[in-house]
Amino acid sequence: MQHSRRDFLKYTSAVGGGFLLGFNILSPKRLDAAVVSADTEGAVSFNAYLSINADGTATIFSPNPEVGQGIKTSFPMIVAEELDIDWRLVKVEQAPLDGKRFERQVAGGSGSTPHSWKRLRQAGATARQMLMEAAAKRWDVPLSTCTTENGKVWHKASNRSLTYGELAADAAKLTAPKDVPLKDRKDFKLIGTSVKGVDNPLITTGKAIFGLDFKKEGMLIAMVQRPPAFGLKLKSFDASEAKKMSGIVDVVSFSNKVAIVGKSTWEVKKARDIVKIEWEKAETLESTADHDRIFKDLMVNGKPEVRRKEGDTEGVFKTAAKVIEAEFQCPFLPHNAMEPMNFFAHVDGDKCELVGSTQNPQSHRDQVAKALKIPVENVTVQMTRMGGGFGRRLNGDFVVEAAELSALIKAPVKVIWTREDDMSGGIYRPACRYRFRAALDKDNKMVGFEMRGVGINAGDPTRGGNSFPVGAIDHVLIDSVNHKSPITTGPWRAPITNFLAFAEQSFLDEVAEKAGKDPVQMRLEWLDKAQKSPVGAVKYDIDRFRKVIQLVAEKANWGKSPKGVHQGFSVYFSHNSYIAQIAEIVLEKKKPVLKKVYCSVDCGILVNKSGALNQVVGSIVDGLGHAMYGKLSFKEGAAEQNNFNTFRMIRISEIPEVEVHFVDNGIDPTGLGEPALPPLGGTVANAIYKATGKRLRQQPFVNEETELLEKLL
Amino acid sequence: MASYNLKINGKEYKTTVDDDTPLLWVLRDHLGMTGTKYGCGVASCGACTVHVDGQAMRSCVLPISTVANAKITTIEGLSEKGDHPLQLAWDEVDVPQCGYCQAGQIMSAAALLKKNPKPSDADIETALSGNLCRCGTYHRIKEAVKLASKK
Ligand code: FES
Ligand code: FES
Repeated sequence: MQHSRRDFLKYTSAVGGGFLLGFNILSPKRLDAAVVSADTEGAVSFNAYLSINADGTATIFSPNPEVGQGIKTSFPMIVAEELDIDWRLVKVEQAPLDGKRFERQVAGGSGSTPHSWKRLRQAGATARQMLMEAAAKRWDVPLSTCTTENGKVWHKASNRSLTYGELAADAAKLTAPKDVPLKDRKDFKLIGTSVKGVDNPLITTGKAIFGLDFKKEGMLIAMVQRPPAFGLKLKSFDASEAKKMSGIVDVVSFSNKVAIVGKSTWEVKKARDIVKIEWEKAETLESTADHDRIFKDLMVNGKPEVRRKEGDTEGVFKTAAKVIEAEFQCPFLPHNAMEPMNFFAHVDGDKCELVGSTQNPQSHRDQVAKALKIPVENVTVQMTRMGGGFGRRLNGDFVVEAAELSALIKAPVKVIWTREDDMSGGIYRPACRYRFRAALDKDNKMVGFEMRGVGINAGDPTRGGNSFPVGAIDHVLIDSVNHKSPITTGPWRAPITNFLAFAEQSFLDEVAEKAGKDPVQMRLEWLDKAQKSPVGAVKYDIDRFRKVIQLVAEKANWGKSPKGVHQGFSVYFSHNSYIAQIAEIVLEKKKPVLKKVYCSVDCGILVNKSGALNQVVGSIVDGLGHAMYGKLSFKEGAAEQNNFNTFRMIRISEIPEVEVHFVDNGIDPTGLGEPALPPLGGTVANAIYKATGKRLRQQPFVNEETELLEKLL
Repeated sequence: MASYNLKINGKEYKTTVDDDTPLLWVLRDHLGMTGTKYGCGVASCGACTVHVDGQAMRSCVLPISTVANAKITTIEGLSEKGDHPLQLAWDEVDVPQCGYCQAGQIMSAAALLKKNPKPSDADIETALSGNLCRCGTYHRIKEAVKLASKK
């Protein structure tokens, strides 16, 4: 997509006599930074901009969508570090989606920081170098005698200094140098400190604009009635009464849905309630009871796809001294971002304007272009602040739907999902069941390891089958079976591992117990084995793994907790970062109460300490809430929970103390939006076992059968 | 349809809507105040919390006809310059992640502090247990309320 003239002018006017450096973030094809001005056509090929303004401030246009992971703050911090400017002089703006070579403008997979780290540093360092060159020229001194400090270039020998603002116009005339050296980590001043979210003042005063808050002159509001159960399709509808209601503009049908269009949310909602719609069966209407049966059947009779195989598990299980087996199951989960889905679309002829909360603007733009059969260049996407994503806003259904509706009614429209629509509308975390088997030899060494994952629209529920202790075990078989269902699924914060990690870590705890070994020690022994005599590919970093284990064990005093405090442990290589956790549970009136969670984290260099801590603690709370209570069940294709009065979320009164320790190793950042969530379920379940002798094998922990835990938190 | 005179954040507003229209949608759709958020519509998440005569209420279930004569405060009117002790504490503790639930959290906390300027942990938990946060910012919310209560 071409840079629109309007967007470009926005950047140049922000500069106001300063200098604007265009660069590329996240693009695999490396493009060097370059100065852009109103008449450089080259401007179109950049997707991120850094401007040094005449008043000495810098504006950084943060290109990735802000979903709550804090990159609107941390990305500019990285630029500012290399630029060597006082953080108080930095302004941050959300860049619109543009740039022809725009490669990655996605918030998902904890990938935002790792992808952009080098690019952002390079941009800051390049601008700094150019400002120094401009100063050296002005003073007629060698470049090597110039230094920078807090937004100024210094010539210390003559005690002269110029602010970046004073140098911006000169710097704009230079050619951007290539391969400027980056700062040494020990010289970081800003990276690794705690910087507050740049939008905090807007958020705390109600001024931050989320997708649902966006408004445009002439905009209509719509709600869409989608099939109330997966497997139903639209048969007929009668909107004659609804159309007579006040504020209603139109009722139309498209793609198996009925859309009610009007002037205000409440009027539209009331009208939707009285549209008479008949649905008919198009596919099987599945219930949770069917899924339970399907899981058990496919676990035994399914035709598995092999994901990883080492040695000969069949043989080793035959001769094993001990065989341990356990099965684990989880339900579907809705994402429940606090801001329900919604999107604004205005289709005008062969052009389309899109505005809203999206984690994946580029892909959504492409999908809309395809659906409307218009050129991709004719679609613009403006990103607002997002009220959470958790993977839901990666899927383009709600964006395409808004665009289709706007094209149909030929008007600008915002489609609003009620909470009920959002929770019953699909794209769930898939339900899965796992079976684990371990073969121990006479010395209690695990010689064989098997895992089978059965998923409902789960893709590969083993996620490659490479997770630890694979790599340390001689005989391994990991396979999976899929059941195709009309119930739609998609990535949900820490896809697959959000439950798989619980199952794995619970099972390994059981293996340690049956082998008569300490669960921490056992992991360390496997890591030694994977290091000295690896079995096949080892897809994790052994030293980083070891370090987080040792750190958390030390901080929580593993194995030496006071009487009555029951500890559970787990560790996970989690979405490129390493996490180890220990939970402490005490029994109060015979009920287990979770008191504290220790967490060690290796996510490489911390960019924003405050933001990083917020992510880790938030992931632990989120992981705990869903492990404890999260459950979406189905009756004949329809979700049985559709709002927060039937779907239980964790509350402020239910959180344990959390203590977080970061490993400081100078490795490039590896992301933090997801990693601390997956192991949490296992950590807690293993502590519950210690306290109560009961192994938890299903999520949520709190349900009809586990009354014991009703009072857990 | 009826015409209503409303007192919101110290100002008078006039609007013509159906009697059963929830205050939340009057604020958001008719008066252009979008700081108060929609999260559930059934009084189960707290995102829409406002003060009605000083009490924290869920505006998503308050028909406009019931609040016509009341004094309403929304997040936009909690303080003139965004410097209510809670707003400052929220920034200092760096509470928000996505930020969507936070206006509701702050409004619930503000009603609590008005009645109980030095709340205990348990008081905070009770007052805020109806405010959900999917991002899991509860630890910092507690810390920020405590911090504000010390000022
Ligand atoms: S929107 Fe009112 S409580 Fe959820
Ligand atoms: S900060 Fe995202 S829901 Fe609370």
